[in-house]
Amino acid sequence: MTFWQGRRIPLAWLLLTRQPMRLAVALAGITFAGILMFMQLGFRDALFDSSVTVHKLFDTDLVLVSPRTKSSISMSGFPQRRLVQAMADADVTGTTPVHWNLLLWRNPQTKATRSILALGFEPGDPLFIDPAVTALAPRLTQKGRVLFDDQSRNEFGPVAKWFREGRTVESEVAGKRLRVAGLFTAGASFGADGNILTSRETFLSLLPNTPPGSIELGLIRLRPGADPAAVAQRLRRLLPEDVSVLTKQGFLDLEIDYWRSSTAIGFIFTLGAAMGFVVGCVIVYQILYSDVSDHLPEYATLMAMGYSLLTLLGVVAREGLLLAIFGYLPAYGAGQVLYGVIHAATKLPVAMAADRAITVFLMILVMCMGSAALAMRKLGDADPADIF
Amino acid sequence: MTTLLPGSVPASTATGESFATVAVRGLSHWYGSGSMRRQVLQGIDLEIHPGEVVLLTGPSGCGKTTLLTLVGALRQVMEGSVRVLGCELNSSGRHERQLLRRSVGMIFQGHNLLRCLTAEQNVQMGADLLPDLGYRARRDLSREWLRAVGLSDHLSKLPHDLSGGQKQRVAIARALAAHPRLLLADEPTAALDSRTGREVVDLLKRLAREEGCAVLMVTHDPRILDVADRLVRMEDGRLWASDTVVG
Repeated sequence: MTFWQGRRIPLAWLLLTRQPMRLAVALAGITFAGILMFMQLGFRDALFDSSVTVHKLFDTDLVLVSPRTKSSISMSGFPQRRLVQAMADADVTGTTPVHWNLLLWRNPQTKATRSILALGFEPGDPLFIDPAVTALAPRLTQKGRVLFDDQSRNEFGPVAKWFREGRTVESEVAGKRLRVAGLFTAGASFGADGNILTSRETFLSLLPNTPPGSIELGLIRLRPGADPAAVAQRLRRLLPEDVSVLTKQGFLDLEIDYWRSSTAIGFIFTLGAAMGFVVGCVIVYQILYSDVSDHLPEYATLMAMGYSLLTLLGVVAREGLLLAIFGYLPAYGAGQVLYGVIHAATKLPVAMAADRAITVFLMILVMCMGSAALAMRKLGDADPADIF
Repeated sequence: MTTLLPGSVPASTATGESFATVAVRGLSHWYGSGSMRRQVLQGIDLEIHPGEVVLLTGPSGCGKTTLLTLVGALRQVMEGSVRVLGCELNSSGRHERQLLRRSVGMIFQGHNLLRCLTAEQNVQMGADLLPDLGYRARRDLSREWLRAVGLSDHLSKLPHDLSGGQKQRVAIARALAAHPRLLLADEPTAALDSRTGREVVDLLKRLAREEGCAVLMVTHDPRILDVADRLVRMEDGRLWASDTVVG
């Protein structure tokens, strides 16, 4: 009620702006805290997002994985027969067996090797939702050909650039010579810095020790209108225990849960954001507390004039609100720029998400208003009887 | 809070003293507690009538400022009766005292202006207390008051850029801008040289007269005693003499 008395002298604004140095320090502190929170939360979300960059692309309703599979960086094998058995269900319209492993890719320019995610599939089978991949798949029927992910990190070499220039790009994967037959778009993730697609024949030649008939991932497509959860339930009863039936979302969740719970990464980034929050709180509290202390005789004078304590608390609260708004705006701008820089440097899917922008603003608001509330206690020391 | 308005004093209390701006009866006050308890005011009786200028003198530590803070509703009354503008301050609540203070102008030893506000904005902090007045009206009122104290050329100066006398004049304008019925001043000339002090006090008296506002002023300054309608001397927490000065 007393919060926005537009008709009054804007005391909170004047208290802040007539001390430009202190204001600058306060805003720098809040902005710093905001940037820290944007970065930490951005990394965390990017981690969880990017851990399923490839998972999201599959054209599937249900998947089969080995029960021992805990994440995309350690996919275990299971018998391909289970896919054939799954075809027995009336709602299943098609399946795709997929090989999945991390292999060493040699950078054709620097000859350095680096781990890359290789997927092997039958070129005629549907794999990704993206029709471009389906269109390029026939090129893989020739042995020793791969499709290369043009969003892979630069450490794999200027493969995409060379390919677009019309050069023949050859590299060595797991000690075998391979030729790039085309480009597709997926993206790097925390688990894999880059991706290649091959035919199963090529894949098995790269990993000759793969047990025959063993695959790491089985895609199951259902007829339109079928309930994936119900079919998954039926398949679980039908298939033996050596395979897990997951919905596509369950497959994504499995991966995200791995990074969230089995590693400290989610915790670390959340902790980083919390530290930004704490640092911001300390700075804002310091600024507001010393502001109230310095102006204590003036606050007491206002009380002696007949201003209520509530009005004065409102002044401090408005100072907190103004600091929150003017500290957040530069943090938002800097966050945008830094996300761009990080995306360019790491290919991680970091971007300013609306929910994160709101989260950080709310955290800054809580930070400033909480600090203001603490600083208000000092206002209780303003005794108008003491100023005569 | 109708009892705060002097015009609406209930008829039942309209004895002779209820028309007084200030009516103090048997006021005593202590500081500290237990063995440290020390009496600062002993059975004070004082009356100030509308438009009257009363000067309170006495050695330091005799309780003048305590009396001023009690009359100004800045302190809770312990014993006796303090009636200001028809409102009994003994047993009054925090909120009642806060509202009453809006009708009491205060001028301090130091100017106590808000450092971050210009002269005009400082005066407007006083005018802002007036209900039912738009922003523009209150701003114009502030400018009028600053003109009345002779500072119309210094509207947008910060207190930092004003001289001591100018600051005290801004403080007077601020106190009067809230249309007070009573003006309390605690050694308003203490920080000023004699000529400036004289000017400030004369101004204070003239403006208070024009507004029909009673004044209770604590002072040590012997050069300004002649502005008083009445002189009250205080010693050891007691009022000693009341003289009517012909000035």
